[in-house]
Amino acid sequence: MRPVRREMMVSGDLERQARKSGLAFVSRSQLLSADDVARALKRMGHEMIERNHEVGSLSVIGLQTGGVVFANRIAEILVEITSTPVATGQLDVSFYRDDLSSNPAPPSAATRIDHDLTGRTVILVDDVLFTGRTVRAALNALSDWGRPGSVQLAVMVDRGHREFPIRPDFVGKNLPSARDEAIVATLDGVWIGTRETS
Amino acid sequence: MIDSIRGRSLLTLNDMSRQAIVEVLDTAESFVEVNRRAIKKVPALKGRVVASLFFEESTRTRLSFETAAKRLSADVLSLAVASSSMKKGESLRDTIATIDALGIDAVVMRHQSSGAALQVKHFVPHVRVINAGDGQHQHPTQGLLDAFTIRQVLAERQGLTGVETGSSLFEGLHVLIVGDIRHSRVARSDIAAYVALGAEVRVAGPGTLMPVDIAHWPVSVVEDFDQAIEWADVVGLLRLQKERGTGSFVPSLAEYTFTHGLTWARAHRLREGALIMHPGPMNRGVEIDSRVADLPAAVINRQVENGVPIRMAVLYLSVAGSVGGTDQ
Repeated sequence: MRPVRREMMVSGDLERQARKSGLAFVSRSQLLSADDVARALKRMGHEMIERNHEVGSLSVIGLQTGGVVFANRIAEILVEITSTPVATGQLDVSFYRDDLSSNPAPPSAATRIDHDLTGRTVILVDDVLFTGRTVRAALNALSDWGRPGSVQLAVMVDRGHREFPIRPDFVGKNLPSARDEAIVATLDGVWIGTRETS
Repeated sequence: MIDSIRGRSLLTLNDMSRQAIVEVLDTAESFVEVNRRAIKKVPALKGRVVASLFFEESTRTRLSFETAAKRLSADVLSLAVASSSMKKGESLRDTIATIDALGIDAVVMRHQSSGAALQVKHFVPHVRVINAGDGQHQHPTQGLLDAFTIRQVLAERQGLTGVETGSSLFEGLHVLIVGDIRHSRVARSDIAAYVALGAEVRVAGPGTLMPVDIAHWPVSVVEDFDQAIEWADVVGLLRLQKERGTGSFVPSLAEYTFTHGLTWARAHRLREGALIMHPGPMNRGVEIDSRVADLPAAVINRQVENGVPIRMAVLYLSVAGSVGGTDQ
């Protein structure tokens, strides 16, 4: 048995999430440090610029709640590198999920997209890519804000186990994991562990 | 006590905990954003059927419920009672059975008899029943939207969103409800919501319009409207309901206005920042002076605006998680 560190709460968002689901994240080990995360995000920023020459037409949209901090950080990095303002937004996909009937969770946070996405290059940003269901819901939701020229996906961690034909364009770190494990990614680092009833 | 209306019917606010009410208010906050979008529709209730049964006249409640259901992508079956078989003497039970046979997930119902919504819930236990007003008993979504409006306005003043404040703004808030408490389902739902959220509620009205069991309510009775007006952070006015025979409970409308109307003179004695609320439809010049109704302190239009997001939240929480299961 590996040692289990109890009640390792990494941010306020996590705490709120845990309260809503009744499950608390129990960390087993830290896989990436804050510095590792910062470096990965910087690299992803460069990859985005390499691939999209017109930074001015990018919309960096974070998925609520975990993706928002990464989206904001990535937008900052893009601004630092190119000195061009980058449009940002945040999207909550609760109302578009396909598991509403079994879990009508109240939305965790608000959506804020204050520009028309028609013709723009949208980069969806999430913390952890798992089954791909959240991304499917997000693609569905995006069409309500216009018709993007293209949509790309950036995730801090890709942990596998996809249930939809969805692949990320920019990945911070590939972390193969077991289905019943939980992964938590924040700007402070990445942890692997389990979700347990608190 | 119910801690969440997820997958449940909504008949009354009397058995709802603070947590359950805050959940509805927080959810409604997300729907306020949806209602500001260019495309005001989300697929949350796609393929679900909501029947709207109004046995009593209503404009704003009916329209806002049907708009809410449509913005959630539900199909709406709307029964016009006046042109239905109810006119030929069909019973409520048979009407409900007929509609249920068409395959519905929820019923939004208004009825002139107290307890009608509960009755329907017994007839069709697999359908979620949302009470849109039953007689003098309850009008839960009105209570929720009034609480939502208060939280929204007070939170805005502090530069916060309602979600960030939870129920904290209601702690020790002074709410004065004035008028025909006896016949008012709005008063009953408002009081349940405000008290559950932590507010202190007082009621004022002519003795004839006080319910006989008022001593058992979680409120205190004020003898004189004029005495309490400077105490209140929120003044909730009620409509004088002529269709429920209120006219015979007061000597004359003019006398009612004199003793319990929010006149221009009384409005000037309100605390700074106090809110004036009215569930509509207003009798301008009776319970509220026409000029007072148009003051910035009167948040009556906000109440109407918030009707759709609150009803979207209620339908979403109640119906989205209800596939196949019967309500507890």
